[in-house]
Amino acid sequence: MSTVRVPPVLRAAVGGVRELSVPGSTVAEVLAALYAAHPEVRAQLVSESGELHRFVNIYVNDEDVRLHEWLETPVGDTDTLLILPAMAGGATASR
Amino acid sequence: MTMRLPRVLADELVAHATTDLPNECCGMIGGRDGLAMTVHRAANTEASPFMYVMDPREQLRIMDAIDDAGDDLLAIYHSHTRSTAFPSRTDVELAFFSGTLYLIVSLATPDAPEIRAFHLRRDQPAELAITEEPVELV
Repeated sequence: MSTVRVPPVLRAAVGGVRELSVPGSTVAEVLAALYAAHPEVRAQLVSESGELHRFVNIYVNDEDVRLHEWLETPVGDTDTLLILPAMAGGATASR
Repeated sequence: MTMRLPRVLADELVAHATTDLPNECCGMIGGRDGLAMTVHRAANTEASPFMYVMDPREQLRIMDAIDDAGDDLLAIYHSHTRSTAFPSRTDVELAFFSGTLYLIVSLATPDAPEIRAFHLRRDQPAELAITEEPVELV
């Protein structure tokens, strides 16, 4: 079981806890197990196309998984996975 | 809920927006019970007049600092350099932090900067996605 750190923005969707123990040997498997246990998290992180939103960052032991094997990055029992939605926006379509 | 913003912090927000021209700036505001207490500047990795993406490392560091201080993340702020202080469609589409205020500093009228705050819901239809919350300068 790896440890998933839950930022405040997602805590309501997981019952208010800061950390969860989640099974899985890759980032994709951990996320799938997390979504199965807490479907509201999926609604917040996954885009309409069914993929992880491109403005959601995932870190394993503080390493950005985009710099590794993305969702196939291995996750071990002692690893910590952090989900961090971006703070982003833009004025392009402002009225 | 009204956000109470000390004038010195409002001045800091405008100063940050002005310093980062021609690009949008971004950062976070910590506080308690609706009273803003700290402004945390962050880097806009897009370095663009039309877009901001907060540096994720700084984002994490600042979120932890606010958490460790026992404060709440009251608002995520960014600037609009040429448009009004009203959320764009992109602002709503990327508003993952539905429980936090999104504060916008507009420099569209440089002599009269505008600061407004909103709750944004990206999971709601357009007519329900934007709710303005009052900002009271104290």
